[in-house]
This record gives sequence, structure tokens and C-alpha cells, in this order.
Amino acid sequence: MTAQLPGWKSLPPGAVITRPGSTVEYKTHDWRTLRPVIDQERCIRCRLCWLYCPEGTIIELDKPYTTKTGRKYTRTYEINYDYCKGCGICAQECPAKAIKMVEEVR
Amino acid sequence: MSTKPKIPTIWDIPREELFAPGHRMCQGCGAAILMRHITKALGKDAIIVEATGCVEVTTTVYPQTAWKHPWLHIAFENAAAGASGVEAAIKAMKRKGVIPKDKKVKVVAIGGDGGTFDIGLQALSGMLERRHNVLYIVYDNEAYMNTGIQRSGATPYKAWTTTTPVGKVWRGEWRPKKDIMGIVLAHRVPYAATVNPAYITDLYMKVRKAVEIEGPTFIHAFSPCTPGWRIDPALTVTVSRLAVQTGVWINYEVENGEFRVTTPVPKRKPVKEYLRLQGRFRHLTEEEIAEIQRMVDEEVERINKLVGKTVIGPVVE
Ligand code: SF4
Ligand code: SF4
Repeated sequence: MTAQLPGWKSLPPGAVITRPGSTVEYKTHDWRTLRPVIDQERCIRCRLCWLYCPEGTIIELDKPYTTKTGRKYTRTYEINYDYCKGCGICAQECPAKAIKMVEEVR
Repeated sequence: MSTKPKIPTIWDIPREELFAPGHRMCQGCGAAILMRHITKALGKDAIIVEATGCVEVTTTVYPQTAWKHPWLHIAFENAAAGASGVEAAIKAMKRKGVIPKDKKVKVVAIGGDGGTFDIGLQALSGMLERRHNVLYIVYDNEAYMNTGIQRSGATPYKAWTTTTPVGKVWRGEWRPKKDIMGIVLAHRVPYAATVNPAYITDLYMKVRKAVEIEGPTFIHAFSPCTPGWRIDPALTVTVSRLAVQTGVWINYEVENGEFRVTTPVPKRKPVKEYLRLQGRFRHLTEEEIAEIQRMVDEEVERINKLVGKTVIGPVVE
């Protein structure tokens, strides 16, 4: 008795990924030893951290914010810590020095 | 004549991400910044064909992908050939009425320096020669990085890599970087440009242009590699910016033979400022730095001559 092998036409096509952007299932936060923290009071909403983040993990929100000194902003930048790898580019590039890299504790 | 589109500002860059997080590119990877903004500039109507390389292995770890575009990987040497085929198939499908004739789909090939300067060079040349309507983008991190930092045709003079080590006899790479833009321009393409991740609006404008122009277009992107260049991951953008400020990298475009520097540098910084942030150049002596400075000066002079005026100024300490 020889086993009936499947023909090539019944094999599923190899290495086809049908879910675009599915790496979101893979959280890269545990790569991080330093954690960026945005000081919303100091942030001048310049968009540069959002621009340069290699992970695209700084989120631009249409969320109004008023500082203690009364400055009104229509946008807020927040970090999605699920993917931030802690590279520190955002803190390095922030012109207002509003981002601090603090030690990550888990 | 060159078309002069409105220069985009930082606020023109779309908020929507077309390149997903969760990819495995290193902390602070320059190519990751590039891919985010290249995909934004391409918009949704594009098909991407990617050569083997850092970006390919880190963004498509089976069974996941970071890409939201239709995306195809074939091999190291044939991204340009694959993209040519995709473009030809689109033409045939239009002819046969399978897809509407006026549907605009740009085919984009992306490769690293290894897959472009070395292994994929003849496929690239064929694609340019046959005038396929394809944009080819090379992200140049100046060595074979994901396999462990082996030198490529793009490795700069005197840089350390694992195959150009530093010791008593060798002082890192002893051959100058291959002039890929020169090779591409020799094919008389309608558009070719250089981009740098510290200058995103410039990159955005050039990718948009390269997509709109009919025929083979080419973009050469500067792409710092944090482990391979031995740099602090936080300094990727700083190093990129310094490359432009020192004249090591020049942002320019060539549209129908017309040469234009898009980031003029009236006062150049000494090349030392760029080199000293990188471990791959740590071994350099003052004489060797002076030699690299001379090479940069010569290139700057050549570019200024092409433009016909001093767009990149002298070194000011
Ligand atoms: S540390 Fe790096 S990955 Fe994290 S938010 Fe800042 S730029 Fe993005
Ligand atoms: S770079 Fe700094 S100031 Fe600018 S948006 Fe980000 S946190 Fe705010």
C-alpha cells in the first residue's frame, strides 16, 4: 500500500500572508530598557517626535490640552508603549526637551 | 524643464500609518524611519517589490507582515526584474480590460545597498534600460547588515566592517564607495534623487515626484544602521543630519538631466564631527580623517560645478 500523497494543486500556496499590517500582533515593548515620557506641559506640539520615531508609535491625537499657564493646544502626542523600543530618538530630537528617558521597571 | 511642486511642510505628511509597528528592525533603525515616510508618500495605490535585505527579513517574519501595501519578495538579485514583471502584467491587464485603463498604480522596488549596488545591479540596469514605469528605492546602510556587517560596494572608505577589519595591515575598507547615482544617471532616467531621514519633507516631495513621473525613477536613501555603524540608537537622526551638514551626503535631484541640490549647505561642518559619533570610524588617525575630508571636498567641488554655483560652501570650523 502506498500512501496517497496530495497533488501539487491541492497544496496551499507557500508563504502568502493575507493579513496586512499583522506585525501589530507582535509587541516589541520588551526590547526597551529606557522609557520615553512626554511632559505635556513642556511639549510645544511641533510633531518632530512623531516624525522621527522609527516605530510610528508616537500617536498624534486631536485631543485638546491646556497648560497650567493657560496655553491652549488642539493636539496631544502620546506614546503607545506596546511598540516603543526605547531608542531615544524622540527625546534627542525634541526641541522643547519635553521627553525624558527614564529607566524601565517591570 | 523641471516641475516645481509646492514644497511640503511637516504638516503635509499624512497622519495615517501605512507601515505597521511590531516589525523587528533594530532600535533606532534609519530604514524604519525611511519606510514609514516612503509608504506615506506613496499613498495606497502602489505595489511594492522588495529584495532580500534588512527591511525584508525584519518586516515579514512569517506569518506576519508590517506592510499594508500589496508586497512581493522574490530574491536578493531580482527586485528590479520582479518589479518589471509586475509593471508589464499591469499593462497587459489594462490592455485586456481586466483593470480600468486609467487606474494609476505605481510599482515600487525597494532594495538595500547589497541588493542594489552589488547583487541586484544587472536587474536594476535592465529595468532602467527597458524603461519600466517603476520607482526603485535603495536604502543604503553601507554594508550587508542583517547577516553580520559584511562590506558591500556601498561601504565608505576606511569604514570598519567584519570583512574589512582594522589591524596592523588593514585599516577598514580601502576602496571608495561605488557611485550608484552615476551608474543610474548613465541610463538617462527621467528622475533620480538622494534623500536622508533627517530631512523628511524633502524625502516626501521626492517620492511624490518619482511616483508621478512616467518611466523608471530612482531614489538613493541614506540609512544609518545602529549596530553596523556602532552608533547610539538615539543618534540616528543626528548622524543623518551631520552627514548633510558635513557634505558627506548631499541631497539632490536630477530631473530630465537638470541637476538641483535640494538642501544647500552654506557653511559645512568638518567631516570629523560626522565620523567621531560612529564606532566604525573609531580607529581613524588625524591623517586618515584629513584624507576623508579631502575626498569630501573634491565631491563637493564636483557637485558645485554641476550646479554652476556654490551651493555647498566651505568648511567652517
Ligand atoms: S523611544 Fe524610540 S521607539 Fe520609543 S517612542 Fe521614542 S522614538 Fe519611538
Ligand atoms: S518633539 Fe517634543 S515638543 Fe515636539 S511634539 Fe514631540 S514632545 Fe512635543
